[in-house]
Amino acid sequence: MSANGSGIGASVKRKEDNRFLTGRGRYTDDINLPGQLYGHILRSPVAHANIGGIDTSAAEAAPGVHAVFTGKDMEGVGGIPTGWLIHSKDGSPMVEPAHPALALGKVRYVGDCVAIVVAESREQAKEAANLVEVDYQELPAVASIEAAEAEGAAAVFDEASNNVCYDWEVGDRAATDAAFDEATHVVSIDVVNNRLIPNAIEPRAAIANYDPATGDYTLYTTSQNPHLVRLLLGAFVLGLPEHKLRIVAPDVGGGFGSKIPHYAEEAILTWTAGQLGRPVKWTCERIDAFKSDTHGRDHISTARLALDADGTFLGLHVSTKANLGAYLSTFATCVPTYLYGILFAGPYTTPAVYCEVKSFFTNTVPVDALRGAGRPEATYLLERLVEKAAVELGMDRVEIRRKNFIREFPYQTPVALQYDLGDYDATLDLALEASDWAGFEARRAESAARGKCRGIGISTFIEACGIAPSAVVGSLGARAGLYESGSVRVHPTGSVSVFTGTHSHGQGHETTFAQIVSDMLGVDFDAVDVVHGDSAKIPFGMGTYGSRSLAVGGTAIYLAVEKVIEKGKKIAAHLLEAAVEDIEFENGSFTVAGTDRSKSIGEVALTAYVPHNYPEGLEPGLEETAFYDPLNFTFPAGTHIAEVEVDPETGEVDVVAVTGADDVGRVINPMIVAGQLHGGLAHGIGQALLEECLYQEDGQLQTGSYLDYTMPRAADLPSFSINHNTTLCTHNPLGVKGVGEVGSIGVPPAVINAVIDALRPLGVNDMAMPATSQRVWQAIQQAQG
Amino acid sequence: MNDFTYHAPTSLDDALAALRGGDGAKLIAGGHSLLPVMKLNLAAPTDLVSLAGVPGLGDITDGGDSVTVGAMCTHADVAGSDVVRARIPALAAMADGIGDAQVRNAGTIGGSVAHNDPAADYPAACVALGATVVTDRREIHADDFFQGMFATALADDEVITAVRFPVAARAAYAKFANPASKYAVAGVMVADGAAGVRVAVTGASGDGVFRVAEMEAALGASFSGEAVAGIAVSSDGMLSDTAAGADYRAHLVTVMAKRAVEACG
Ligand SMILES: Cc1cc2nc3c(=O)[nH]c(=O)nc-3n(C[C@H](O)[C@H](O)[C@H](O)COP(=O)(O)OP(=O)(O)OC[C@H]3O[C@@H](n4cnc5c(N)ncnc54)[C@H](O)[C@@H]3O)c2cc1C
Repeated sequence: MSANGSGIGASVKRKEDNRFLTGRGRYTDDINLPGQLYGHILRSPVAHANIGGIDTSAAEAAPGVHAVFTGKDMEGVGGIPTGWLIHSKDGSPMVEPAHPALALGKVRYVGDCVAIVVAESREQAKEAANLVEVDYQELPAVASIEAAEAEGAAAVFDEASNNVCYDWEVGDRAATDAAFDEATHVVSIDVVNNRLIPNAIEPRAAIANYDPATGDYTLYTTSQNPHLVRLLLGAFVLGLPEHKLRIVAPDVGGGFGSKIPHYAEEAILTWTAGQLGRPVKWTCERIDAFKSDTHGRDHISTARLALDADGTFLGLHVSTKANLGAYLSTFATCVPTYLYGILFAGPYTTPAVYCEVKSFFTNTVPVDALRGAGRPEATYLLERLVEKAAVELGMDRVEIRRKNFIREFPYQTPVALQYDLGDYDATLDLALEASDWAGFEARRAESAARGKCRGIGISTFIEACGIAPSAVVGSLGARAGLYESGSVRVHPTGSVSVFTGTHSHGQGHETTFAQIVSDMLGVDFDAVDVVHGDSAKIPFGMGTYGSRSLAVGGTAIYLAVEKVIEKGKKIAAHLLEAAVEDIEFENGSFTVAGTDRSKSIGEVALTAYVPHNYPEGLEPGLEETAFYDPLNFTFPAGTHIAEVEVDPETGEVDVVAVTGADDVGRVINPMIVAGQLHGGLAHGIGQALLEECLYQEDGQLQTGSYLDYTMPRAADLPSFSINHNTTLCTHNPLGVKGVGEVGSIGVPPAVINAVIDALRPLGVNDMAMPATSQRVWQAIQQAQG
Repeated sequence: MNDFTYHAPTSLDDALAALRGGDGAKLIAGGHSLLPVMKLNLAAPTDLVSLAGVPGLGDITDGGDSVTVGAMCTHADVAGSDVVRARIPALAAMADGIGDAQVRNAGTIGGSVAHNDPAADYPAACVALGATVVTDRREIHADDFFQGMFATALADDEVITAVRFPVAARAAYAKFANPASKYAVAGVMVADGAAGVRVAVTGASGDGVFRVAEMEAALGASFSGEAVAGIAVSSDGMLSDTAAGADYRAHLVTVMAKRAVEACG
C-alpha cells in the first residue's frame, strides 16, 4: 500500500462534515413525501396493566384524523422478533414471549406502544391521541432485578416463571471450583452496573410509504443496520419478500446501540402506510425517547478471584443477574452472555474462569446494546476486582496486573475466545509514562494542601470487536450471520463508488473507507464516494455495531478492491500485449514488470466499459463485490488511567486527567480514531460519574428528561491524552481491530478505582457507579461514622 | 401544547389590556420556564402576551446607592453589564452561573422572579441584597414578594417592569448546581449591606427562598467562613430528588454559605 497524502494513515478531514457542518445533512425527519400523514404513537402511562378496552371513537372524530389503530387491528401481524436464542445451563431454550408491535391485552412498561393516531398534521395526531380512552387495569409492577426475583413477584409474562428468561453459563465450573480450593487468597466483590439511557442526539424517526401500483414498501428509518431491519420486518413481522421492501437509513445522528434493534414503531408505521395507502411519518419526541429507546447495561454481580500466595490469578467465578426489560429487543439476550461472559479472561492468564448469568424480565424499557455492549460490564467488574485484590494482598496495583498478563499468542482463554495477538506490557508502559504515574504522590500532596483528595486509578483491558465468524455465532444461537459485504464500482472515467453494508452514524466511514480505496487503487480521495444505508443500493449488510465496521466491512471492501485489481490486470495485459502474470499494479498504474510500459487505472476502466479492444471471454465492466466472514473477533486492548480530585465537603468528583494507551490495530485515519476515543471516554466517564437511569418501584421512570438524567458535558471532562501502540490483527489483511467502543469499555473502572483511591485515606473502600457527589458525600459520612 | 393567541403589544398599556382581555392570558418573556410547562400541558394559557416589544424594560441604570435592572434584561445582559459588574459584582456572577449560554441569552430577570422556581438563583440574590420588585403599579420588597414555591405577591394582571438592587458593601453567591439541569441544589447569597448581613438560600427548601437567621447573627458578630461553618440548617422541609436528598441539601447549604462568605473577601 502506498502512503499518499490522503491514504491509509493520514488524518484526512471528514468528507461527510461538509454537509453536516453546513446544515445540509439529510436525516429521516428531513424527508417529506407527497401526501404524507403523521402518526403519533400513544404510549402506556403505566408500567403493568391489563387493557380492559380501548375507545378510539372520539379520537377518530377529531379534526384531521384519518385513522386510529390499536393492537387488535394488528392482531394478525407477526410480533417483533429477537435475534439470538440463548440456552440455559440445563439445555432448555430461553423463554421467548410474543412482542406484539401494538400492545395486545396488556401493557408491560411505561412507554409501551398502545395505539397509533394518524392525522393530517403532527399536532392534530398528538391532540387526538389525548382523546383515546384506554381502560388500564393496573397490575403490580416489577421495575428492578430485585423486584423481579422476589418471592411472589408479579409475572411480566405468564410463561416466564420467576420472571427468568434464561440461566446461562460459560466456562468450566468444576475447574474453577478446584482453583478456589487451592487458593491462598480469595477476594470477592459485589458490583452493580448502572442502567443507562443512550441519548443519541437525533431522536428516532421513520417515514413509511406503500406504492399500490407496484406493491412496494419503502421505510426510511433511523437505523444502524437497514438490511437487518429489512430481514426482521420483512420476514418475521409483515411477511413481505425482500424485493418488495426497501429500507433506507439516511444520515443518522448517533446510535450508540440504541438504533440497532428493529423497533415496534417501524413495523407499526410500515403496516399503517399499507393500510392507508399514504406515506406516514413519525418523529419521536425527546420525552418519549427516554422511555422508548432501548436502555443499556443494568447488571447486579458478585464475583470471586482466587489467587496464590504471590498474587497469580488461579480462578475467577462470576454470577450476574441482568435486566432485559419488558420484551426481548433484537440483541438483548446476547449482550449479557456472548458479549459479556466470554470477556472474563481479560488480558490475564487466569486458567479457570466461570460465569453464570440469569436474565430477568421487568416492567421497564427493553434493554439492548449500548456502546460496548457487555464488554464494559465485564471490564468494570474484572478491573474493580483486580484492583481490590491488589489492595487486599498489599500488592502494587500495576504489578499485580503485569504479573498476570498474557504474553504468548495465540492465546486460548478458558471462556471460548482465542486472542490472536497483543502486547499488553507495551500499552501499560505507555500509559504509565504518559500519565506520569510515578509522580502521582506529589500531585496528591499538592491537592491535599488545597483540601482536596486526589486519587489515581488504572484499568488494563481487552475487548472483542467484529463478532464472528458466522458459523460459530450461529452455533451459539445467533439468528443471523455476521459477515459483511462491500462493492467497488470503478466508473468509466476512473472515479469510484463504494457500497458498504455497514452504516455510518457518526463514525466517518465515508472518509475512512474512501481512504482505503483511494490508497489501494491510486485514485484521488475526492474521486471516491462511499454509499451506505439503502437496501436498494447495497447488495447486503449487517450494519454497524460492536466496532465491526472497519474490521469486517472495511475488509470486504479491501477484498472487492483486490478483485477489481485482478480484473484490471487482465485488461491491462491485453492492452499492453503482455502476460497477466507480468502485470504489476502500483499507484494507480498497471505496469509490465521491469518495463516502463503501463496503463493507468482510468484507461483500464474506460476500456472495461468501452470494450472495443478487449480480452476475449472477459466480461465488460469494472465492478466487484466481496462478502467477508471473519475467522475470529479482533482484540483491541489497552490501559486507561484516570486521575480525580474529590472535594470532601461536597463530594464532587473532578476528573483532572485521563490517559489512554490503546492498541486498536492499524490506524487508517488518526483524527477519526482520536474522535472515537474521545467520544468513548466521555461516554465512559458519563457512566462512571453522572448517568443513571432510575425507576420508581411502580415502574415510573424517575430520570425521564434532562432535568434529572445527567449527560456528560465538555466542562465535565479533561483534555484526554491519547497514545497508541499497535499490533496488527493477524487475520484480516488491513490488520485493523476497532475503536468505536474502547473508551466506554476501558475507562469506567479506572475512574472508580481513582475515586476509591482518593477516598481510601478517609476510610472509603467501595464506590458504586455513578459516583455522584451525593453518593460520594454519603460514603464519606458513613466511613467517618 | 394547546392552541393560544399570541399578542405582541408595543406599549405597557397594550400589554396590560391584552393580559386582561383573555381569561387565562399569560405574559411571556424569555419563555424558558413557561414554554416547558406548556409543552407538558401543565399550563395551557389561552393567550400569550409577549413583552419583547414593550419599550423601556431592557435598561440597566446606576442609581448611586442602587442598580435598577429592567424586567426584560436577560441573564446574559446582567452578567455582562459594566454597571452591575462594577457596583454589585456578586449579582453579575450569579447571573453568569444560571443554566447554560442558551438559557442566559433567553431567560429574563422579570420571568425568573415572577416564576419563583424554588431552584432559581435570582430569589436568593433579591432577598439577600434586599431588592425591590417594581411593577406597573407598585413596589414590593423582596421580603414580601416571594411567597413559597412558584408563588409571589403579583396579581394575575400585574407586570414587573424592573428590579432595584441596593448596592452592598460586600456580597457573594455560592451555588451547588444540579449536575443535569444546572439549577440550584443549594445556592446561598451572602450580602453585607445597609440592612446588615443577610444570608438567603435558594434551591434547597420546598418553600423557596429563605433566610438563615443564625448565620446572619454569627456573621454580624464575626464576618468569616468559620463563623457559619458549624451552623447546620434543619433538613425538615428540604427538597429531595434523585440528585440530592434532604440531608445532603441541608449539608450543602452550610458549605455554600461558608464559601460565599469566603468569596466576599
Ligand atoms: C435548561 C434550563 C436551565 C435553567 N437553569 C437555571 C438556573 O440554573 N438558574 C435559574 O435561576 N434559572 C434557570 N432556568 C430558568 C431560566 O432562568 C428562566 O428563563 C427563568 O426562570 C424565567 O425567565 P423567562 O424570561 O424565560 O420567563 P418566561 O418563561 O417567559 O416566564 C416565566 C413566568 O414569568 C411570567 N413573567 C415573565 N415576565 C414577566 C414580567 N415582566 N412580569 C410578570 N410576570 C412575568 C410569565 O407569565 C411566566 O409565568 C433554566 C431554564 C432552563 C430551560
